[in-house]
Amino acid sequence: MTDVLTPVLTDNWGDDRSWTLDSYAARGGYEALDKAFAMAPDDVINEVKESGLRGRGGAGFPTGMKWGFIPQDNPKPKYLVVNADESEPGTCKDIPLMMASPHTLVEGVIISSYAIRANKAFIYIRGEVLHVVRRVQRAVQEAYLAGHLGKNIHGSGFDLDVVVHAGAGAYICGEETALLEGLEGRRGQPRLRPPFPAVAGLYASPTVINNVESIASVPSIIAHGHGWFSSMGTEKSKGFGIFSLSGHVQRPGQYEAPLGITLRTLIELAGGVRDGHELKFWTPGGSSTPLLTAEHLDMPLDFEGVGAAGSMLGTRALQIFDDSTCVVRATLRWTEFYKHESCGKCTPCREGTWWLVQTLSALENGQGSEADLDLLLDQCDNILGRSFCALADGAVSPITSSIKYFRDEYVAHLTEGGCPFDPARSTAWAGQEVNA
Amino acid sequence: MTLTTETYDELRAIGARYPEARSGLLPMLHLVQSVEGRITPEGIEACAEVLGITAADVSGVATFYTMYKRRPVGDYHVGVCTNTLCAVMGGDQIFSRLKEHLDVGNDETTEDGKVTLEHIECNAACDYAPVMTVNWEFMDNMTPDAAVGLVDALRDGAEVHSTRGPRIVTWREAERVLAGFPDDLADEGPAAGPASLVGLGIARDRGWTAPHPDTDAGSGRTADSKQEAVAQADTGRAETETKQEEGSDD
Repeated sequence: MTDVLTPVLTDNWGDDRSWTLDSYAARGGYEALDKAFAMAPDDVINEVKESGLRGRGGAGFPTGMKWGFIPQDNPKPKYLVVNADESEPGTCKDIPLMMASPHTLVEGVIISSYAIRANKAFIYIRGEVLHVVRRVQRAVQEAYLAGHLGKNIHGSGFDLDVVVHAGAGAYICGEETALLEGLEGRRGQPRLRPPFPAVAGLYASPTVINNVESIASVPSIIAHGHGWFSSMGTEKSKGFGIFSLSGHVQRPGQYEAPLGITLRTLIELAGGVRDGHELKFWTPGGSSTPLLTAEHLDMPLDFEGVGAAGSMLGTRALQIFDDSTCVVRATLRWTEFYKHESCGKCTPCREGTWWLVQTLSALENGQGSEADLDLLLDQCDNILGRSFCALADGAVSPITSSIKYFRDEYVAHLTEGGCPFDPARSTAWAGQEVNA
Repeated sequence: MTLTTETYDELRAIGARYPEARSGLLPMLHLVQSVEGRITPEGIEACAEVLGITAADVSGVATFYTMYKRRPVGDYHVGVCTNTLCAVMGGDQIFSRLKEHLDVGNDETTEDGKVTLEHIECNAACDYAPVMTVNWEFMDNMTPDAAVGLVDALRDGAEVHSTRGPRIVTWREAERVLAGFPDDLADEGPAAGPASLVGLGIARDRGWTAPHPDTDAGSGRTADSKQEAVAQADTGRAETETKQEEGSDD
């Protein structure tokens, strides 16, 4: 029986100066690299396929299969791009990982590049996290000096250069084709697919784009074998993942566990919801995944379990809101975010998110009528699935799900002529009367 | 202001990191900000000249990304997260208190040129909510009073440290690091803040670990075909696109 929490990626975060090469190497860091170099690249791909690792950036596509799509007979250079643009509201796992153990990511980049036969890799980090950029820059520099990067790495004959690239503030660049546009020095607007990046990605060359946590999971899979990895998790959702609890729990933070753990268990570990309050609603994987409620506490947090409940596992960004929170205010704020971050390429998203904000603002202020709820749902229907990328789909998730579970609360705004909640009661310092 | 030859050389050096120089445009614009204090017409011209593209192309990129500023930024860019979770946890109160205290609106700079205040979107530190940033360094678990103390200290020129990083450098110095010219501060600050270590601490206390490396559950392959994989993947979109691709193969 696997333990409740299984620290792998987070295991060294408490070590002294864990971000340094010395600290990482003292735990056997970069040893998986030699094991990988002793294998044929296709065997590395196969090992990752057999592990069952599915993308940790939200969509859950099998990582090894993604690597296998790279057409090796294509004469163009192959590229690996790491998506370190973590910006999905609620998501906060890759940033602490890169801050505490950037070498786990760098080792994963080398093994993954070897597998897909890329000699150039890019780590695209959002620009708004200066110290994380510093730590990854330093880790790459240390890896070069130690011979883990550059020419003929460890005498394997394999060459790899890594560029650390800082973004400049655009949620949309977390979308893989928009990220490629940003990395090509253009406005970050998504591309039409197909062709998929595996065939025509960066500079129209075969490109693999993986999330930080997916790539960081690779060294442990190579070191301990696919059977070790797949001994954790559930039937179709294998391995471990970092679950990020935030909001109204006693001990918010990072909890690394096998996929399939429940929110009930996680909240127990986190010391429960705030004293005197009850869980009201939560997101399983960031604001783009439909809201869930207390009735979903025992649902397994794996791709299938959350999907069956009408939401998505996403990035395991568990934002917890208790009964002091107004769901209309929460939804309006997310909607303002999507409106702000819409790249403007597709009309349904660019115009639609603007109209959603208008309608929702009126409701939050107690204006309008109950018919506006149907208007909102109709607007959502005209946005969902009608744009190039998933930003638009994400924008409607909080609205449709909050109306589904909390229609009465929307109506209460109308009958009471405004928001019935006191925002002071939901703050981190509520009840302490120190700073309010 | 005219950019120096040294800056031109650094702009070229950024482009040279990439197989195609234009890939360097985002870091090049960060460099322009570090030299000029904002995105200036001269900076745009310089990037265009170095890359052999039009100034309109460069402007189009510079206006797309929110970290690029066309008005001068103070020594300290102060961000307050007002995305839903931080807002609910008190970010809204912090932001309104700072607007009042500094007598500025969103994206405006104090008269002394020290502090630019901006409400920001989710910065991936939700377990430390409500979160602020100073020159894109984390200031975790803030309160309105702590926020006022922070901006006063910055305006007084006191040495301020990030809760998970080094002493705060100026905005221009920060922009230089983002352009890919590291300062020497990577080793400052802790490996992780307290919230990042909660789960690990519980696991240590209870003796919970990942399975022994000899554990072998056999193959965990979850899908054998692309069709099966996209059907399982957590998005209807992948499935639609793959069907389109198949359609176009016919």
